[in-house]
Formats: sequence, C-alpha cells, structure tokens
Amino acid sequence: MFRTILCPAFAALAAAALACVAASAIAASDKADPKTNAGINPVADATAFRKFFTDKFPKVKLEEFVNGPYSMDEDLHKQWEEKEQFAPYEFALETGKDMFSTPFRNGKTYADCFPNGGIGIRQNYPYFDEKEGKVVTLELALNRCREANGEAPYSYVKDEMASLTAYMAFTSRSKPMDIRIPNDPRALEAYENGKRYFYTRRGQLNFSCATCHVQSPGEHIRAEILAPALGILNAMPIYRSEWSGMGTTSRRFITCNSQTRAVPLEPQSDEYRDVEYFLSYVANGLPISGPGARP
Amino acid sequence: MNLAKKHAMKTAMSMIRNMMISAVLLTLGAWPARAASEADYKTALAAAEAAEKEAGQLRNKWTTTEVELAAAKKAAAAGDFDGAIRAAREADALAKASIFQATSEKERWKDMEIR
Repeated sequence: MFRTILCPAFAALAAAALACVAASAIAASDKADPKTNAGINPVADATAFRKFFTDKFPKVKLEEFVNGPYSMDEDLHKQWEEKEQFAPYEFALETGKDMFSTPFRNGKTYADCFPNGGIGIRQNYPYFDEKEGKVVTLELALNRCREANGEAPYSYVKDEMASLTAYMAFTSRSKPMDIRIPNDPRALEAYENGKRYFYTRRGQLNFSCATCHVQSPGEHIRAEILAPALGILNAMPIYRSEWSGMGTTSRRFITCNSQTRAVPLEPQSDEYRDVEYFLSYVANGLPISGPGARP
Repeated sequence: MNLAKKHAMKTAMSMIRNMMISAVLLTLGAWPARAASEADYKTALAAAEAAEKEAGQLRNKWTTTEVELAAAKKAAAAGDFDGAIRAAREADALAKASIFQATSEKERWKDMEIR
C-alpha cells in the first residue's frame, strides 16, 4: 500500500511542490520567532546555518538536504531513488500503522493523546512545553501517552518506537518542519543548551556533532558518507543497513556518542531533548522526509 | 713499604670496594621488586573512581575509562594487583583527560559555531 505512494512520479511532483512550500514556510516560521535574549538569536542562527550549507553545497537544493548522504552525490542520489521503490523501512510503516490504530487495554488509542488524532503532526515535534518547562519530543510524548493509558513504555531506541514514529512521520511527509520557540526564557535556554551540546567536543576522539555533520558532510568516515546537519532529523526514524533495522532519533544520538568513545546519556535526557530542539528548529521549513533509509 | 707498594695496595683496595658495591647493587637489581599489594590497588582504584565520578557530574564520561576500570577490577579479582594498578592508573589518566575536555569545552565550543 505504501509502495504506491512512494513511486518516483509522486516523489517528483511532491519535490516540485515542496520547493515552493519550503521557501514560504522558512519565511513564515522566521516571522513567528522568539525574541533574542543575552545574545541568543535562533532566527539568526537558522539563517546562518542554512547559508553555511547552501554555500558549501551550491548544487544541492535546499529541500534536498533532508536526504542526508544521498543529497551529497549524484550517484548516491540515484541509488536512493532506486532504494525508495522498495524501501527497507516499509515493514516498519505497516507495523506502525497497526500499532497506532490498535486500542490500549482501556479502549483508548494514541490518537486520543495528540492534536489532530496524531496524523500529520510530526513537523511540530519537538515542542517546548511551558507547563513542564522542558522540551517534549515525539518519542517522549508517545511513551507518556502509553503510561497515561496504563501501558508500559517502549524502548526509546528501536523496534516498536521506531515503527510508531515511522508511521507518524509518514503522515507528515513533505510538510515543512515547524518548530516554535515560545516567548519564554526557559525555551530559549533549552535551545541554547541544545546548540552548545551540538558544538561541544566529547569522547576520547574529541569529536563534536559538528565535527562530522558541519565540518565534514559528504566526506567518508570509514565506509560511511557523512550527512549534513541541516535537515538531519527530518528523515527520522531511519532504517540503517549498518543496524540491519530501524532506529529512532534517540538511537542515532546514542550511537554517535559511542562512536566518539563518549559514554552515551540516557535516552530522552535533557541534553538529547535540547539538541533535537536545536537541530529541528534550524531545519524549519525543510520537508519531513521520514522515515528514511541510510547506508 | 715504599711508595709504589702503598699506591698499588690502595688501588687494589679501591677496586675491591668498588666490586663489592657493584655486587650489592647487582644483587639488589636482580631481586624482584616488591609485589603490588591489594592496598595499593584500592588506593589507585579510589583515585580513578573519584575522577570518573567528577567526569560523570560534567556529563562527559569516556567509554575507554569505563573499560579500564572494569579491567582493573577483573585483574584484582584474579589476584593480579600489578595489572589492576596499571589499569586503574590508566583509568585515572583517561578520566582526568575527560574532565579537562569538559572544562575547556565550556567556552571553546563557540569556536565551532556557525555564525
């Protein structure tokens, strides 16, 4: 069923439409943005972020960055187009759809926990919850939904969580990322903490997230081609050949930390939630392309 | 005793003294060094664990530190206190390096920022 929607003809039409949507959405989301505070200026950051990548890769269209390594090279892009016809994440979509519509033991479903019944809302996550004073990711919201309905939470790193988020991402495909930073100093602080985490070197290898995804996108690290940081979360969750399975945003962060020989933090720790907030905000306007597939 | 004989005796005595000193030194060198004790290991491990705790408070532990700490404990459990001390000291050095990294990155991260 999903294969019909994934056909190349549809993808081409969607990409053309997205070029316009992305441009207008970037402008719109910038207008609705937070006030600066103590030198923290997310709007300026997002503009500089986009400029850095479009200057570095002038041949890559803005909306193409969400395809990660496949946006970096023409041959790789062809591989990706072929791969999408028999997408390796398809099994997760089917599972996720079934899980999403299966009622909990109390008769309620995930749809009862989310705006618009959980359909087409991926682009608004993560958001800053002003009551809690913290960032809430989609993965966290899903587990909170389960717990509120008497169900045990899922592992944040694979299988069920990846299937659920894959299905929800699919219902938002092509919608522009739309992350808001409310006029709340705590939200601005969370954004800044996420930015600091992204640029901070850690682990025995002394790598930051930016070492790979800002300084070296398109380059090989062993057999892998590094993805650009711009729009890197728009494709989540992903099927990775290296994992032989699906993985969530949490899994991606944990793996990155381990690869630099840093002890990973616990999934959905404040730092991971904040860095997801930062990376998603600077990708505002770029289309949701998840679930994705990576080498 | 003439002067030449006195000089020859003095030289011989001096040679014997030097040979004895050398023999003592050689004997000491050949003697095995004092085996590391469990107490020495516990001191080294405590220092490493304290440094790793500080790295944890800075949210910057390294996997390699954890590996060395585990190796130290495994060696100690097998009664190899020399190996255990070596691993504990390595863990201590790694933990201290991670603390240095976390401390210096408090400001240095800005050097990488896209502006």
